[in-house]
Amino acid sequence: MRAMGSRLRGNDIQKAGVAARSPIKLRFLPILSSAAMTIAPPDASPPFLSIRNLVKEFDTVRAVDDVSLSIGKGEIFALLGSSGCGKSTLLRMLAGFETPTAGTIALAGKDIVGVPPYERPINMMFQSYALFPHLTVWDNIAFGLRRDGLPKDEVASRVEQMLALVQLGSFGKRKPHQLSGGQQQRVALARSLAKSPQLLLLDEPLGALDKKLRERTQIELVNIIGQVGVTCVMVTHDQAEAMSMATRIAVMSEGRILQVGAPGEIYETPNCRFVADFIGSVNLFEGRVREDAPDHVIVDSRECSHYVSHGITGTAAMEVAVAVRPEKIALQATAPSAAQRESAAEDGYNCSAGNIATISYFGNETLYHVLLDSGMTIKVARTNAARHEQSRLERGQRVHAWWDGSDIVVLTA
Amino acid sequence: MNARSLLQRWFGRGWLSLGYLFLYLPIVVLVVFSFNSSRQDMVWSGFSTQWYGALANDAEIINGFGLSLKIAVMSACSAVTLGSFAAFVLDRYKRFTGRMLFSGMASAPLVMPEVIIGLSLLLMLVAVQKMFGFPERGMFTIWIGHTLLGMAYAAVVVQSRLQEMSPALQEAAMDLGCKPHQVFFLVTLPNITQALASAWLLTFTLSLDDVVLSAFLSGPGSSTMPIVIFSRARLGLDPRVNAVATLTILVVSIGVIVSSLLMARAERRRMAQVAAAAKA
Amino acid sequence: MSALKRPSSLGRRFVIAVPFAWLALAFLAPFLIVLHLSFTDMDPAGGFGSLTTYVDGVLNIKVKLSNYLFLAQDELYVLTYLSSLKYAAITTVLCLVIGYPFAYFMARARPAIRPTLMMLVMLPFWTSFLLRIYAWKGILANQGILNHLLLSLGVIGEPLHMMNTSFSLVIGMVYAYLPFMILPLYANLVKMDLRYLEAASDLGATPLQAFWRVTVPLSKSGIIAGAMLVFIPAVGEYVIPELLGGPGTLMIGKVLWDEFFTNNDWPLASAVTVVVILLILVPMAVFNKYKAQQPAEGRA
Repeated sequence: MRAMGSRLRGNDIQKAGVAARSPIKLRFLPILSSAAMTIAPPDASPPFLSIRNLVKEFDTVRAVDDVSLSIGKGEIFALLGSSGCGKSTLLRMLAGFETPTAGTIALAGKDIVGVPPYERPINMMFQSYALFPHLTVWDNIAFGLRRDGLPKDEVASRVEQMLALVQLGSFGKRKPHQLSGGQQQRVALARSLAKSPQLLLLDEPLGALDKKLRERTQIELVNIIGQVGVTCVMVTHDQAEAMSMATRIAVMSEGRILQVGAPGEIYETPNCRFVADFIGSVNLFEGRVREDAPDHVIVDSRECSHYVSHGITGTAAMEVAVAVRPEKIALQATAPSAAQRESAAEDGYNCSAGNIATISYFGNETLYHVLLDSGMTIKVARTNAARHEQSRLERGQRVHAWWDGSDIVVLTA
Repeated sequence: MNARSLLQRWFGRGWLSLGYLFLYLPIVVLVVFSFNSSRQDMVWSGFSTQWYGALANDAEIINGFGLSLKIAVMSACSAVTLGSFAAFVLDRYKRFTGRMLFSGMASAPLVMPEVIIGLSLLLMLVAVQKMFGFPERGMFTIWIGHTLLGMAYAAVVVQSRLQEMSPALQEAAMDLGCKPHQVFFLVTLPNITQALASAWLLTFTLSLDDVVLSAFLSGPGSSTMPIVIFSRARLGLDPRVNAVATLTILVVSIGVIVSSLLMARAERRRMAQVAAAAKA
Repeated sequence: MSALKRPSSLGRRFVIAVPFAWLALAFLAPFLIVLHLSFTDMDPAGGFGSLTTYVDGVLNIKVKLSNYLFLAQDELYVLTYLSSLKYAAITTVLCLVIGYPFAYFMARARPAIRPTLMMLVMLPFWTSFLLRIYAWKGILANQGILNHLLLSLGVIGEPLHMMNTSFSLVIGMVYAYLPFMILPLYANLVKMDLRYLEAASDLGATPLQAFWRVTVPLSKSGIIAGAMLVFIPAVGEYVIPELLGGPGTLMIGKVLWDEFFTNNDWPLASAVTVVVILLILVPMAVFNKYKAQQPAEGRA
């Protein structure tokens, strides 16, 4: 694992994010056509969309606090955070509906702050779709094209093209209220792509759909965007949506960017407690650094001592947290033997004993809450890979939880 | 169903019935006695349509009606236009100098006693006339007063519709390339047509029916129909007035019922379409 | 602040200016003139006397308070003001007492018939107000149908004198203003979430308790709106006192009219007007506050 977790702040995170694009674990990438996989090389040419020190203040509240991002052409970039973190405000500033208090936004080298929304080569797909109720599907899609004064036959062929792209060819004559939710979304997408914008903005694209439809739509959406090859910035509070659709994610909280990186990076190497906890579930062991070597770190915490297989930039006796994901922990009735371990050096580390407090069965997965002897409760997730459980665990049973040093991360923030 | 809710149901029905009876009693009386053959007494002395005939020869009322109609059409148009401006301003622009004053002025005519409005407006018009020699009191001045009154009502109707509209629609229009005035004409306006229509009918009716403002602002020879009716009503009972009333009630009832039915039918059709789409 | 050109600000100013200018001219200016006139003794036919004169380098401001003093000292005027407030208050209370249950039962009716009930309330509103008040003359007159009915039923021996009394005035006022009370109340009650009442009953409240402690407080804004929509115009009502009232029913609207048209004392009429405006200033502020709140409630 890479060296991460030093005391990083805003700009550094972005730089790290840019540098980290190279060693991406391929299995975390969504289904993209090869054309869309081109990601801007780090700092070799100016990024397609460049946001520098952007600030937005409402009265005394800073909704967006000194945000800087570099987004490459063809990327699907997600702004992820809970409500009130500033992601929607940031998106609206990109669209032109809000004016930044300070900072710059450059699209393909041109500064667009101060350019009104109707003059920007940017189009947005709204969360509520915002289809014009008094116009047919055909006219909705043609709307933007007509504002540009294109000749009638060009408009017509483009609209037909868009309808074919979203597979709504025969629905041209219908009005929005005659469409289902999923169909309305496709019209909204077609409408926002009709003018071949340089940047496509998606505001909570899957928020209004139910679960089944959401899964199907995710894939369709990414395919269409990839097919068209447009650069895309999306906003969402749903981390599963961000992880499965985006090429890179920026995690935001209280107007600031906490971490930028590919989904796998964010998940496996979070840079702070907040990010670790926001994405998926995590167990955080608070402890102190005992030994700091270039290739490993030993951290003492109340539950056990941790042997982490990567170095950190830090000092001995530093207070840190060790983050262990639930699915990386193994449970067994007896203590792990030396043979089970990754390396001899780990024997005696990364292991703690306790009793199973609760078992939550989800069908494909079982979640165990284990109350360790130290008093901390940890979450352990197990995939039910076979129909019949080989090692059955029961409530109250005494178990040993252990993990590999290469599967854990030290967090200094 | 237990006794208590049964009692409540019958009490409710009773109260509603009595209420409607109270509301409609005068209307029924007006209509019935427009067919009365006797003039003075409110005693039924036989069916007759003589008063409708008399109405046809009643130049005062017919001229008054013509004038009222002209003024009503004009003031409905101006009231809806100005009211829409006001509604748009109040809905869209949340901060500008004098907003509170503007909002107060726009809604005050809704509640202010008409005598106050009429008197003030008249005094100002007299002053203006002294200074510029115009306008003479008559149709134009009545139109000004009715526009002022109607504007407040129109603003309420249009504003409530604007508030229902999601702001995302206007943003989407801008995002797709509409300049602000285009947003208004291409997106906002088509979606408020129903509100504009009801505002128009409302202000039309208001103008047609207005007595006080018209009385203050009229001049010699510009007696609207309500002024004529009012002066006759002060003197006593006149069955020709009943005849006018019945005709008015007839036209209005047909209008209201037909439009309610049409609206209900359009709504039902729309719900069916939405339901069909959801299943598809 | 980043440099932002606002091409729309010119358009914005125009859109605000149009109605603002109209209102300033047609609404504000007249009131200022009335205010001005009330402090002078000039007849507008002879020109408006200026409040200020500049003589020999001295600025004189002459404010004639005699109109107001007259009003304050004249028993009749003071009585009339009080009487107007009284009748307006009675009308408001009666409209509330009759209108609240009416709106309540309308809101509780089956959703299918609610539009019809609504339409039936609106229908009289659309037919001429003047004509409907006129109809009450026919009903309540000595030879009117009510007396005829009661006489023929033998309930009374002599016709009841109902016209031109407080009774006829109040009936007319309540009749005219009832829809203005019912509509905002209905709009408010129909949006009320019935689950509040279910929760109340779940917690042990009887229906009557639930009504007083849940329904009524929640409909407070509707009550206030309706009350203001009735009270404020009722204070200055003219047509109803003229047609249905009598010498015993003093209403400031009627007095104002008479003062203006028959006595031609325009400065005094202006002073009367200013006092009426002062009287309704507080209720109007309440109404304005309610209007400002309403969009927030509507969206909530």
